[in-house]
Amino acid sequence: MNYKCRPIVRGKVEGELLVSSDPVCFYLVDPDTGRVIEEGHALYGRGVAGKVLVLPGGKGSSVVQADGLYQLAMKGNAPRALIVRHPDPVLVTSAVIMEIPTVTDVEEDFYGVARDGRRVMVDADQGLIALQGQE
Amino acid sequence: MELTRYEEEMLNGKYGEGVALAMKVQVALGEAFGARRMVPITRAHVALSNQEADLWFVERLVKGGARCSVPPTVNPALSLDYFADLEPAAREMTERTQGAYRAIGANLTYNCTPYLYGNAPRYGEVVAFSESSATPYVNSVLGARTNRESAQGALCAAVTGRVPEYGLLLDENRKGDVLVEVRTELRDDLDYQLLGYCADEIGEGIPVFTGIPRGVTTEQLIYLGATLNTAGAYGMFHVPGVTPEAPTLEAAFGGKRPRRTVVITRQHLERALRKISVEEGGKVEFALLGCPHYTPRQLRQVAELVEGKRLKTEIWICTSFFAKEVARRTGMLAQLEKAGVHLVEDTCIDQPCWNHLGGKLGVTTDIKCAYYARRRGMRFVIRSLPECVRAALEGEVR
Repeated sequence: MNYKCRPIVRGKVEGELLVSSDPVCFYLVDPDTGRVIEEGHALYGRGVAGKVLVLPGGKGSSVVQADGLYQLAMKGNAPRALIVRHPDPVLVTSAVIMEIPTVTDVEEDFYGVARDGRRVMVDADQGLIALQGQE
Repeated sequence: MELTRYEEEMLNGKYGEGVALAMKVQVALGEAFGARRMVPITRAHVALSNQEADLWFVERLVKGGARCSVPPTVNPALSLDYFADLEPAAREMTERTQGAYRAIGANLTYNCTPYLYGNAPRYGEVVAFSESSATPYVNSVLGARTNRESAQGALCAAVTGRVPEYGLLLDENRKGDVLVEVRTELRDDLDYQLLGYCADEIGEGIPVFTGIPRGVTTEQLIYLGATLNTAGAYGMFHVPGVTPEAPTLEAAFGGKRPRRTVVITRQHLERALRKISVEEGGKVEFALLGCPHYTPRQLRQVAELVEGKRLKTEIWICTSFFAKEVARRTGMLAQLEKAGVHLVEDTCIDQPCWNHLGGKLGVTTDIKCAYYARRRGMRFVIRSLPECVRAALEGEVR
């Protein structure tokens, strides 16, 4: 099933979905393991490395998103792509400079079927998300 | 996005690779948020962080020949004078960061409250302010206009002298849309921090707070913005009667109805405290204050609380060079140092100079400090300033 979206940072990647119900601060993700270390977070203890991360938005200070994503990328533990519902400038700049494909304004139906572990292709050149497998 | 000829030239590399990179980042931002054009800025503040991504990006710009056309003020890193016995890797990182920001033409002010000292935008001025506690202050208290810039976005703006025009730069996006009724008396600075830390209750949007007294202080407004942006992402809030664009509640919403109403009670503030404060009781090994940087008024409060006493547990306070100099001139510094309080200028709580406190339990007044210092393994009990000082005097929290 294909869903339209609006590209923010271009690129085309495939991966497994990881869905966060909470906004994400990449500084509270351990760069060595890719695991979220923020207690009380919906993804606490889960790994973002190599995932297509679905998130409501970013949060936190104006420096730590970039620092967090950079350190994750240097250790090979950054998410492969970001699907953001409410993009904010801090998250977007960080994704731009780290060149992580990022999309927003995804057709609403996508959120009804986006589940952890589903395979997905994010085409941020064409503005398309292709979700693989059955509902 | 439509660019002027000069902006096109910047993007195409006529003024060097550094300028082109800065413009490329800003064009991407503009396109992401539907900007139609770029507009000039008159001021910038860069949330320098002295971390790997920060250094990597500013050095890329410098190597590409970029210089700031609007010299920005910058956030604190760590004071190389104060921390003379720093581990070599941290010293090298700090020296390189300092060198790169000097080379790019930044004003090396090293404090996170620039709008109090030497970089205060006027009403309506279009600026690029990163530092997530500074952005809401500039929009909500001063009535100037900035988006919630990242450190890198603000640095790019300082180089090009421009920002893409979208979001909070436009009238129609500056109105409040979430009504937050505070139905508990806000008694001290900590209560304002706890209010901001209720961001998960408040949700996405521009909050309009009612129930905030007329006598709200500068420090309380700084704290509110700081913790809203620890638990969430808010470029602006309204406090009717304080926010220049919101003389009344109606004006805050621009005549429209709020999208939702959120009620905050004492229970919400107490829950926020339980979420962030380590409540084990007992001995504390240090106190770390000043996130955001303490002001002269806060330093005076501490000085009064410790006057003639001797601390069991050291207190470190991060502050601006300006506030420290005021403390020196007024005799407060001597009084604080006599009691066992250290005033540290130019320094942020989230820096390698504090690594020796990792794994220890400390006490702080500042939620933002407790939140970010976790990455360095520091754990904090959070208390109001008088209780925090009492804990340092007694060496334990009640």
